[in-house]
Amino acid sequence: MTENGDATPLVQLENVNKHFGALHVLKNINLTVSRGEVLVVIGPSGGGKSTLCRAINRLETIDDGKIIFDGQVLPAEGKALARLRSEVGMVFQSFNLFAHKTIRENVTLGPTKVRGVAKDAADKRAMELLERVGIAAQADKYPAQLSGGQQQRVAIARALAMDPKMILFDEPTSALDPEMVQEVLDVMIGLARDGMTMMVVTHEMGFARRAANRVVFMADGQIVEENTPDEFFTNAQTDRARDFLSKILTH
Amino acid sequence: MDELIKYAPELALGFWENVKLSLVGVVASLILGTILVAMRVSPTPVLRAAGTVYVNVIRNTPLTLVLAFSALGLSDQLGLVFSEMPTTNSFWIVAMGLSAYTSAFVCEALRAGVNTVPLGQAEAARAIGLTFIQSLTMIILPQAFRAVIAPLGSVMIAMIKNTTVATAGGFLLDAAATMKEVFDTTGASIPIFLGLVVAFMALTLPIGFLTGWLARRLAVVR
Ligand SMILES: Nc1ncnc2c1ncn2[C@@H]1O[C@H](COP(=O)(O)OP(=O)(O)O)[C@@H](O)[C@H]1O
Ligand SMILES: [Mg+2]
Repeated sequence: MTENGDATPLVQLENVNKHFGALHVLKNINLTVSRGEVLVVIGPSGGGKSTLCRAINRLETIDDGKIIFDGQVLPAEGKALARLRSEVGMVFQSFNLFAHKTIRENVTLGPTKVRGVAKDAADKRAMELLERVGIAAQADKYPAQLSGGQQQRVAIARALAMDPKMILFDEPTSALDPEMVQEVLDVMIGLARDGMTMMVVTHEMGFARRAANRVVFMADGQIVEENTPDEFFTNAQTDRARDFLSKILTH
Repeated sequence: MDELIKYAPELALGFWENVKLSLVGVVASLILGTILVAMRVSPTPVLRAAGTVYVNVIRNTPLTLVLAFSALGLSDQLGLVFSEMPTTNSFWIVAMGLSAYTSAFVCEALRAGVNTVPLGQAEAARAIGLTFIQSLTMIILPQAFRAVIAPLGSVMIAMIKNTTVATAGGFLLDAAATMKEVFDTTGASIPIFLGLVVAFMALTLPIGFLTGWLARRLAVVR
């Protein structure tokens, strides 16, 4: 599971707390993600899963505790924060492609503007990535002309274009029509096979079983349980998790 | 009709001043308005507050007072001088006041445009490592502008018509002032009135059509 022989964890959360007003959304979270690991975060809505993801690339600030990414405490702001974010890819439930830019431009924007990659090189790489996610033929279209599944695959290509050390996925298939879920999961499974470090908020058990090294069950702002996918789905330890699983298994 | 023909050259010269004020006003107020909207949506509280105060003070002050303040306060009292030539100086004083005034409306139009851009796109921009300025200039503002081309057109049309109160800033060469001067000698003349109305419409109507057409053409599909 370790890449480059580096055994230090890629992400380390220590006693992380976060409030929204009076609401305590992250309660003393301790979590590590190893290099090359695929971590699935599962749990009831409102449990703090999105906030956890967003805290890791500091789209949300935390109140106290420590988040260490690749050996460094998350920078608070400015250039250093932008650099950190460029190393952590993020895929959102609602795709969030740039609506006024073509598919290709969506993918090349980061490398050219953040990394200073030459346009030709960025274009070439973008086409390779779009090929990889199966959207190369649509490179010159605009996001609104693509289906949800295609847009989400572009969003993955956009994240990959930055050569991130890790990608965060926040319910990447929840907004998709059922017939488009698998095409996105297939891309993600491919990434997992290639050794990408991933933290994936999802209720797709098939994905968790096939690709995840570990499942973290989160509810009410706490990590209630963590286990291997097989153990978690067949033999959950806590009532909270069993209760949740019985609800998602019935449909 | 005779008065119109007789005074046409003078009136045309005056109207040319309105055209020049409009040109400077369009450019300067778009630039200033963009800077203001950047302040108003920036993550820095001080900038946000400064932008908000500026926009609200300016928007709620009559233009004639803004122009009078530019001329009397900034120029006479504080010694802001653009040129040794009194007419050139007052032209720039008025152009500045007009742009400062219009920029507040540009800012608010643009801010409405910014609100049409889904928050998720700004987050995606930050998530790939774009800085605030980069996501503003590359992602948010291009879409905001395209969403409010038509309202911006209305702001520009209002500004062009506002060039006729330039006298309030001490600039006496524009078409309205020239007209008044002519009337002082000839008495009011309907043809001259209508002539100027037509001249202004020749300026503003195309802007309305053009911006309406651009708004449809450049609409961002989501
Ligand atoms: N920006 C916000 N402001 C206030 N409350 C928020 C905000 N974002 C999330 N919350 C609240 O925090 C809690 C956790 O939200 P979230 O992390 O989105 O949970 P999950 O992704 O597990 O559904 C929820 O109760 C949600 O309503
Ligand atoms: Mg969520």
